[in-house]
Amino acid sequence: MNIINGKVWTFGDNIDTDLIIAARYLNTSDPKELAKYVMEDADPEFRSKIQKGDIIVAGENFGCGSSREHAPIALKAAGISAVVAKSFARIFYRNAFNMGLPIFELDESGEIKEGDIIKIDMDNGNIDSKNNVKSYKFSPIPEFMQELVSCGGLMNYAKKSK
Amino acid sequence: MGQTITEKIFSDHVGHEVKAGEIIQCNIDMVIGNDITTPISIKAFEDSGVEKLANPDGFALVMDHFIPAKDIASANQAKISRDFAYKHNLKNYFDEKDMGIEHALLPEKGLVVPGDVIIGADSHTCTHGALGAFSTGMGSTDLSFAMITGGNWFKVPEAIKVVFTGKPGKHIYGKDLILEVIRLIGVDGALYKTLEFTGDTIAHLSMDDRFSLCNMAIEAGAKNGIVAVDDVTREFLADKDLARPSKEFYSDEDATYVQTLNIDVSKLDPVIAYPHLPSNGKSVTQAVTDDLEVDQVFIGSCTNGRLEDLRIAAKILDGKKVAQKTRLIITPATQKISLQAQKEGLVEIFINAGAVFSNPTCGACLGGYMGIIGKDERCVATTNRNFVGRMGDRSSEIYLANSAVAAASAITGKITDPR
Repeated sequence: MNIINGKVWTFGDNIDTDLIIAARYLNTSDPKELAKYVMEDADPEFRSKIQKGDIIVAGENFGCGSSREHAPIALKAAGISAVVAKSFARIFYRNAFNMGLPIFELDESGEIKEGDIIKIDMDNGNIDSKNNVKSYKFSPIPEFMQELVSCGGLMNYAKKSK
Repeated sequence: MGQTITEKIFSDHVGHEVKAGEIIQCNIDMVIGNDITTPISIKAFEDSGVEKLANPDGFALVMDHFIPAKDIASANQAKISRDFAYKHNLKNYFDEKDMGIEHALLPEKGLVVPGDVIIGADSHTCTHGALGAFSTGMGSTDLSFAMITGGNWFKVPEAIKVVFTGKPGKHIYGKDLILEVIRLIGVDGALYKTLEFTGDTIAHLSMDDRFSLCNMAIEAGAKNGIVAVDDVTREFLADKDLARPSKEFYSDEDATYVQTLNIDVSKLDPVIAYPHLPSNGKSVTQAVTDDLEVDQVFIGSCTNGRLEDLRIAAKILDGKKVAQKTRLIITPATQKISLQAQKEGLVEIFINAGAVFSNPTCGACLGGYMGIIGKDERCVATTNRNFVGRMGDRSSEIYLANSAVAAASAITGKITDPR
């Protein structure tokens, strides 16, 4: 069973990659170093508030802007276990899968409240909120992406297809 | 049903007809990396155990973001790319010896060609679509996959047709056209899709304008922006030693578009994108009414750091002085542009006006170096993003504009209509 449980931190629409990890920190690609500054320009306190396993829930177009893979790397290294958003920017969507950061598209992401504990059931495509009786169904991952995930990411897929 | 240019380019690469929505794998003609994104690709490449690049001449490594190194960490990071370039004897490795911002440098060198499939670990890779090529930004791992296999997978995108009509008025450039598109459809209005730029206005646009237009397709969430080849493109290519023969593709009349956007360019005023999204476009007339004082003006970047931008700025700045409380920083996109600007006397005009004229770099645009803005400061920039903290302190503000607006604003110290 693929289940992710975690406490929710909410953000709005168009959370860009400069907010996720500002370019001034891109003089390294060390995940631990990048994790120190995750979401700094969106919420300077964010890094000190979060705990391993927490989940980000956001609005439309999460991860817009730059192609920096440092963004999913920083989120993952900071302990974020998943991102749920109404929609994702294209490059971030690919990067997250390539980095092994699970992300989910959910139309009703705006209904989930900060501080909620949610359970994401990846196999059945369900998100349940502890403080909310409602259960949400998320859009399934496209078939080809599932294949990538089952290979363990793009680089493993590359080894197989060589 | 007919095909769009993008569908035709993919069909040509796959060897059979493909349609929007299909997931395909194909070879890539040019893979582009830079000093901040390639180290992650190099690590993945080396971890894979592969020893040689699938297509070494189809890989360009451009040291443009934090180079010449802005600090010790950047110098150490650059070393990863340098060592890799020397080890693999890369033909297309560009550092301080032949500098430039990747999306200005590669077209200048003839390394990106009409009909190509191009990817780069930089979101503004969509710039090269101005040459009638498919070009898109990806992450470092996708880049690594292409370095190892010579190709990658793509979902053939649906297309939005943008029809520009009319002749652009005075001081209306490619920048204003794309800011207007983004104002109309929003920062995710073209998510996963192609923005195909068409209409009678295109014939009036120089290559520099077209690069600027395609450069910001990503700011509407698009996968790629594209302009079909015409005489302007052919003239641009004529003096270049092209890496591959040019292949021209044109959309069929009955090609499928998910949306058509009509814009009458003759009625357009210069567009200024207010903080903190490129979609917050307003007319320069509005900005003048809003009486916005400016601490810094930046002219440069892969969007507007080309020769025409410098010529436009110099014409406005000639014999004038930058306002007392305003700074003007001008960053040419490549060394070739820098040299030409010196030959034409543009640099003398800039320095006499009180501007700083720097080496080519992405630097200030992404808050790297060479023009960071401080607390509560306001900057007019010819760049592509006005996100919170993009160019410096998170309380600072960026107003995106064309080079004429930027130059005129530097003189008055307020956002100014150059007309």
